[in-house]
Amino acid sequence: MDVYLPIANLAVNGLVIVGLGALTGVLSGMFGVGGGFLTTPLLIFYGVPPTVAAASAASQVTGASVSGALAHARRGGIDYHIGAVLVVGGVIGAGLGALLFRLLQALGQIDTAINLLYVIMLGSIGTLMAVESFGAVRARRKGQVPPARRRRHHPLVASLPLRWRFYRSGLYISPLAPLLLGMATGVLTMLMGIGGGFILVPAMLYILGMGVNVVVGTSLFQILFVTMATTMMHALTTRAVDLVLASLLLVGSVLGAQLGAVLAQKAKPDVLRLVLALIVLGVAVRMALGLGWQPDEIYTVVSL
Amino acid sequence: MRWSRPVLLTTALLPAALALGGNQAPVLVPEVSQHDIRVEQGFTGADLLLYGAILTPEGQPVAGDYDVVVVVEGPPRAVVVREKRQVAGIWINAASSSFRSAPGFYAVASSRPLTQIVDARTAAIYELGLSWLQLSPIGSIDPARQQRFARGLVEYMQRMGLYHEDPGAVSISHQVLYQARIALPSSVPTGDYTAETFAIRNGRVLASGLTRIRVDKQGFARFIADRAEHAGLAYGLCAVALSIAMGWIAGRLFARV
Repeated sequence: MDVYLPIANLAVNGLVIVGLGALTGVLSGMFGVGGGFLTTPLLIFYGVPPTVAAASAASQVTGASVSGALAHARRGGIDYHIGAVLVVGGVIGAGLGALLFRLLQALGQIDTAINLLYVIMLGSIGTLMAVESFGAVRARRKGQVPPARRRRHHPLVASLPLRWRFYRSGLYISPLAPLLLGMATGVLTMLMGIGGGFILVPAMLYILGMGVNVVVGTSLFQILFVTMATTMMHALTTRAVDLVLASLLLVGSVLGAQLGAVLAQKAKPDVLRLVLALIVLGVAVRMALGLGWQPDEIYTVVSL
Repeated sequence: MRWSRPVLLTTALLPAALALGGNQAPVLVPEVSQHDIRVEQGFTGADLLLYGAILTPEGQPVAGDYDVVVVVEGPPRAVVVREKRQVAGIWINAASSSFRSAPGFYAVASSRPLTQIVDARTAAIYELGLSWLQLSPIGSIDPARQQRFARGLVEYMQRMGLYHEDPGAVSISHQVLYQARIALPSSVPTGDYTAETFAIRNGRVLASGLTRIRVDKQGFARFIADRAEHAGLAYGLCAVALSIAMGWIAGRLFARV
């Protein structure tokens, strides 16, 4: 099925794109991540220009997080208060990301920057997750119960001025902490075309010290709004959102997400985390190799 | 069937060619299968058939052998060519050079390899072949550097399928009719294209002719590209609404199951 992408200026096989969306959709349903970290590199690999890939992947993440966020909202798994702060931070971050995007584009370093970000973010998070989940799997095999982690926020968070109460998260911390966290993920969303869930969730747990029952829902809530803002930002600045590409990805991912959710109920959570960690690490390694190996294309051409 | 149109065309144009008499230079009448290429939903590229006739002003076949070269050139644009170098273990863009007018598409088809048809001087004058493209570099005056980047640009565009040389792709029949096929990939830039045909003997251009082709987005593809460019806000809202609606609908559908 040949489909012409009017913004990417390219004919693609529509079924391949739907399949790709489905693959990332399954991941998002299983792990509660947007799956953008996989969509963007795969699209680029398929020949879609990087900017178009990142811009269109953002709207896919929106679609994938809608049903998840709704489900969490129904069972009270969203702290709207801290979520709103995160969203405000995220939107500011997306704006900063847009400026950064332009700057890096003008310098000709946008591709390298995106690749480096992928290697660093995915590499570090993937390693942490792999170590943690591998330990958990092994402990379970041996029949041990892992000691409950004492919930507390990072000492740096406590040193920030101004404190608000976030009742549902059970926190009394400075709103600057979630604001800064939101900003960081906003920048990443804009640059990498990812939702940032895989960064947000651990950061909310280990830096902010939020309760486990609201972490995933609140993260989905933030991702939903920030990817919406990112899509708007791309539509207004880079003009690289390809509606046809986004629709194809969406069809695949919303269906895949439902499948993923079913699969997730059947698998053990620590095994799931280990699998996700390995996928994340795989992408990171692939990207690192791409940076280190001599590329096929020493020369690249862009319109002035 | 393939021959019917060129043949008809030749017969139609014979009187015109005859009327030109007196001048001894041969006349080249070029034609192309499609003057308007519509880039619309389902577009996967186009196959251009360029054909035509070469006759003496008297309407006779030109005596003696000659070669035919067809050049299809897309709209020029200013580009930056970036060169990667290994810095601290990773390959990053380390140098760049700008060109004022790199064609967005360039294909040359010829009846024999170009080096056997023309010498360097003629090739440079008529821009025959990828090594003779006039790219008008901006800034840099170092010719070696310019050449390196120009070569890089050509290599990149070749890999993208937007530049190609096709020796032997032109066939000449009965010393009168020529035809060539040039493929445009789906990623061709839109704009005004020219197709220039040259009849060449002993390194000299006997006759040449120009036809124009327009590549345009049409229908849905045009609508989308146009909205994205000129109505960013509405377009973005549309994209957001679409993704929310699809996510929500899928969630509802499967929640019931």
